[in-house]
Amino acid sequence: MTLTSTLPMIRGVHNSPLEEYFTSGHRTCQGCESALVMKLMVKASGPRTIVLGSTGCMYVANTTYYSTPWVVPWMHTQLGSAGSAAVGTAAGLKALMNKNKIKDEPINIISFCGDGGGADMGLSAISAALTHMAYNHLILMYDNESYANTDIQVSGSSPWGANSTFSPPGKLHRIMNQRWKKNMAPMLAVGHPGVKYIATACASYAVDFMNKIRKGLKYSGPAFIHSYDPCPKGWDYDPMYSHELGMLAVEAGIWVQYEIEEGKLVLNGPSRMIAQGRRQRKPVVEFLKRQGRFAHFVDEDVDYYQSRIDEMWEKWWLPGVIPLFNEAGEPKG
Amino acid sequence: MTTEVKDTALEREELISGAEAIAIACALADVDVITAYPIRPYDTVMQFVSKLIADGELKCEYIVAESEHSQFEIVKHASAVGARVFSGSSGVGWFYAFEALAVTCGLRLPVVAMVGNRALDDPGAFGCEHNDALAVRDLGWMLRWVDTAQEAMDAAFMAWRVAEDKRVFLPCAISTDGAFLTHSQQIVMIPDKRLVDEFLPPYDRGEFVLHPDNPITIAPQVNEDWLMEIRRQTDAAMRRARDVITEAHNDLKRIFNRGGDDPFIEEYMTDDADVVLVGMGTLALPLKVTVRRLREQGRKVGFVRIKWFRPFPQPELRAVLSRFKAVGIIDRDYSLGSPDNGGVLYNEVRSALYDGDKRVPIVGYIAGLGGREVTVPMTTEMFDYTQKVADTGIIEEPLRWIGVRD
Ligand SMILES: Cc1ncc(C[n+]2csc(CCOP(=O)(O)OP(=O)(O)O)c2C)c(N)n1
Ligand code: SF4
Ligand SMILES: [Mg+2]
Repeated sequence: MTLTSTLPMIRGVHNSPLEEYFTSGHRTCQGCESALVMKLMVKASGPRTIVLGSTGCMYVANTTYYSTPWVVPWMHTQLGSAGSAAVGTAAGLKALMNKNKIKDEPINIISFCGDGGGADMGLSAISAALTHMAYNHLILMYDNESYANTDIQVSGSSPWGANSTFSPPGKLHRIMNQRWKKNMAPMLAVGHPGVKYIATACASYAVDFMNKIRKGLKYSGPAFIHSYDPCPKGWDYDPMYSHELGMLAVEAGIWVQYEIEEGKLVLNGPSRMIAQGRRQRKPVVEFLKRQGRFAHFVDEDVDYYQSRIDEMWEKWWLPGVIPLFNEAGEPKG
Repeated sequence: MTTEVKDTALEREELISGAEAIAIACALADVDVITAYPIRPYDTVMQFVSKLIADGELKCEYIVAESEHSQFEIVKHASAVGARVFSGSSGVGWFYAFEALAVTCGLRLPVVAMVGNRALDDPGAFGCEHNDALAVRDLGWMLRWVDTAQEAMDAAFMAWRVAEDKRVFLPCAISTDGAFLTHSQQIVMIPDKRLVDEFLPPYDRGEFVLHPDNPITIAPQVNEDWLMEIRRQTDAAMRRARDVITEAHNDLKRIFNRGGDDPFIEEYMTDDADVVLVGMGTLALPLKVTVRRLREQGRKVGFVRIKWFRPFPQPELRAVLSRFKAVGIIDRDYSLGSPDNGGVLYNEVRSALYDGDKRVPIVGYIAGLGGREVTVPMTTEMFDYTQKVADTGIIEEPLRWIGVRD
């Protein structure tokens, strides 16, 4: 399979395809942003797509026998196998096409995983997948910031201090999750220089999201997208605010939207305006106070959170991307 | 082994190891996707595979994975889109892949693997032990044990043929004793591709293939609503495998003129025997020597080698073993805390014979763990004790460890 798909960029929401390849039948929570991610993902990629889905909400709650929502071919893969599923599917098709056992044509391969499956257990296999340049596929990590399906447990991608069923605030310890969220997309970009497309995304910006999927599929070789997905159950808010929370995270500078296309880094949307000084970051408390998972925060916790976000924007070599400093301890450039 | 073939140009003779024999089988079977990860002793097969690819003799997607888990996940997914696949491992590597090994059965994907049987260190040991491959015995893997490099090659052709048969669609592992077979060179008759093509049809996934032209959903969440029916289907597939193995065995005999009398077991000098030992893999070599030596002394002894552990040759063993006065089972494995603290094979054979018309006395021997050589004196000791059981009808010790320091 040497061919990649040639899907044009979608210019504005009115030009987005009408066809749906993720339809009724799924059983996710009301307001589940990850379900929207699934829908936009295959809307962008179209019918000539194979989707591989790791264990997690987007499998268990999403893909039930006799009521599958998937119009495109879909196959489950193990929790830590998003990378291997992509490689195996691509390698199988490539071998069969090279040997003329099946028709040689572009087939989009998208392998998705949650943050638990991707940033923790499956990191090694995703890293390996990003080194096999012969196989065209896109790995999408939908990040609801917890092991959601198993009842909301803290993952390596959960935010500092968040309440989860494995990190509940208590009488002695208010903050049980002392770890800071992993910086997945830059880690993969810096560690896998051959990869032509790596991006962060958020379904609150739907057209941008779909175009990122298309770009990920356009380039030969592997691609990776880290999607930031508000989760009403795990984050504990009214389901009607999913979109708004995604935007708030971007506007407060907690989530940074960018893409790295053939090594070129471009910040997108509000993140770009913040970096250029054309837009003020909203205080993080506006984002934090909207969610039950941070309800136990006292002022000191909010200040700490704010200080880490300030540091990222003011001190990092590349805000949101590279947390390095020069010899004088200042951000480069 | 007979090597008469209708047309001699259709075979060539080479001195190769069991690992190399399976690598050459990959080329002859036109395997599409192969995944490798280093662990001794299985990994020599991948050294040969990579050289065959480098030399242009094998065309496939060859992926050096970052772990055994990925090795087996990759071939699992390649198999789902219709590719013929091969992988392998040893010891703890096979266990690292365990999750992938388990789901491959439920997905009914015909992954073929070579296990270079190895001890499960800690403490560190490269040598042969069968606990690695045996660990998947309950899950739906077909398990084959081979004795020679020739049998390893033929078993590989068989494995793809049976695993990829629509009636079966189950994975199959070929166990090759670490070092004794993986690394020992023997004369092997390598068939021409035309013969292999006659024996082995292409893999056709049919209506289950994952492709945009066939937009199915594979392995959705089923829970208690459907899982039991699906397990029952996998069970039915394993039951059907017996006939498919027999068909393949008959074709192997017809086309390659090899494979022995019975697809499932090999009998050695059992016709008039009073006492036989039963084992798997390369144990056959010291055992056959011992049988011949004891026969020279006039003792009526024989050996039965089990070729397929899954599906288990229950009808064959029942029919054959009930002929003898006592039977000894040799395990190159252990099953700690099991009945009689015996090995896996011991417990399986005893269970298989429970309802037989005649219940022959059975004793178990654990030997050769961690690659320790099973010698002629050891197998003689086993025959002696089994003979004593036959003579007295009394089993003082149902299970003995042989060749172990006190
Ligand atoms: C090997 C393995 N360990 C644990 C589980 C249990 N498990 C099922 S879903 C899940 C949560 C996965 O979290 P994530 O990848 O973030 O996806 P989410 O559920 O949040 O959508 C876990 C831990 C599993 N299926 N497999
Ligand atoms: S728990 Fe979160 S991710 Fe899972 S279905 Fe509900 S809203 Fe979606
Ligand atoms: Mg999650």
